Amino acid sequence: MSVTSITRGGEVSIRDLSKSFSLGGRQLAVLRTLNLDIRPGECLVIVGASGSGKTTLLRILAGLEAADGGTVSIDGRKVEGVGTERAVIFQEPRLLPWLSVLGNVAFGLEVRGVPKQEAEKRARFNIALVGLAEFADAWPRQLSGGMAQRVGIARALTVQPEILLLDEPLGALDAMTKISMQEELARIWSEDNVTMVMVTHDLEEAIYLANRVLVLPKEKNGAVRLVDIDLPRPRDRSESRFVRYREQLLREFGLT
Amino acid sequence: MTLQHMERPVGIGTHEGTERVGAGGLGMDFQRLTVRTTVRIISRYGVLLGFLALWQAAASSGWVNAAVLPPVDMIVAALWKGLAGGSLLGDIAISLQRAGLAFAAAVIVAIPLGLMIGQVRAVETALDPILQLFRQTSALALYPVFILLMGLGEASKVFVIFWATLFPLLLNTISGVKEVDPKLLEMARVYGARRLTVFRRVVLPGAVPSIFVGLRLGATTALLLLIASEMIGANKGIGFQVMNAQYNFQIPLMFAAIVILAALGLIANQVLVSLQRRLCRWNDPAS
Repeated sequence: MSVTSITRGGEVSIRDLSKSFSLGGRQLAVLRTLNLDIRPGECLVIVGASGSGKTTLLRILAGLEAADGGTVSIDGRKVEGVGTERAVIFQEPRLLPWLSVLGNVAFGLEVRGVPKQEAEKRARFNIALVGLAEFADAWPRQLSGGMAQRVGIARALTVQPEILLLDEPLGALDAMTKISMQEELARIWSEDNVTMVMVTHDLEEAIYLANRVLVLPKEKNGAVRLVDIDLPRPRDRSESRFVRYREQLLREFGLT
Repeated sequence: MTLQHMERPVGIGTHEGTERVGAGGLGMDFQRLTVRTTVRIISRYGVLLGFLALWQAAASSGWVNAAVLPPVDMIVAALWKGLAGGSLLGDIAISLQRAGLAFAAAVIVAIPLGLMIGQVRAVETALDPILQLFRQTSALALYPVFILLMGLGEASKVFVIFWATLFPLLLNTISGVKEVDPKLLEMARVYGARRLTVFRRVVLPGAVPSIFVGLRLGATTALLLLIASEMIGANKGIGFQVMNAQYNFQIPLMFAAIVILAALGLIANQVLVSLQRRLCRWNDPAS
């Protein structure tokens, strides 16, 4: 397992983070002095109504967007722009159509200057890990949506990140594929020590995967809430405590 | 692998079928194959063959003036005489040289320039107005200017072809670069790719299909301008032959030259299509 195992997941601390967008001449604040510590190796899932800033928060963590104020530090170092200790899994697979599955998975390492042979060796390991060993030479357009998303996951794992950022990675998949991919993400997370930060709008998905769920408020001056999910793994969706967490999160949203 | 394995037919489709059936069924199967091939040829080339047949019938039966529209067999004969006798070969060579030189120069200038304009905002802002102006000015209208500047020799001919070919190539290269999915660029950036790597590994391959559209349009334009330039002040070349044969009322020869032009266009397009297939296998639904 030496090819993928990571010594430790990254630690994130967010201090007084704020971000607003101008919309039709008005300033619209989406994040207001957010403070949060993400523990090494934990799985934090961010939920919130649309417009609550969950994707914005993830993009700031990824270094794809700059905050207006406050800081994000990873392992004590201040984040400025993208960094090789982080990898992002997007909602769309974002595969390069002119590269095979193998080429796409090796891409992340190759652009960092890892020799092609070494990159492809590690890529093959992770292609097998997501169950696509037979499709290593296929073109992206030959894959189904679920398979393509697995390729995206394998690409992220191949660069051995300390922190894996997932932006609604299963949002576009059908219900059946979604459930099997959730199980796969849970397995990958428990085998690696990677810190996972995931945005979703699916509360069940959040409870299935998270150590803690961060609920971003919808209303202007609402407070950020953190919910500990204290359930043994692998989790059972039909268990009564699972269902109670679901009700609790729905209450946080004001839906019950 | 045993011999038995090797003897098993490994072909697909009809080939496998014919090997499986006994000697009695072979004839029937062959017949079906022939019928299918004929149907395919007719569905693809039927209209073209019908057009040629109609032409032949109309010209040889006197519905149209055979002196103006000679029958197909006379055109073929003139074409054969010109090619086998060698009288048209020199014209083909000089025309290919003019068009080829201009096309190559346009490729060398337009593709790097287009890649740069598509990538660097400042270059685009600075060059866009003048490019729009040049693009909208007909190359044929500028040909007299080029003749004044460069004389009536090869230089002005090659330059007018180059000029006209430049724009479809340039504009398609620019749009190819600009239409690369920004989500892919962002992905590459997240994985730590530097600007040059992003260009080499994402922008360039993403622009290739559009560049090929430009190359094919450019080839068509080059042949078009070749003929126009050879109709003015040339004494050799396919375009010259079209005009010259018409002056001398050698109408079958005129049509033979036109057929050669069409053939050159088809060949150029086919070469580019197969090159594109090789470079863009990822984009080819057949593979």
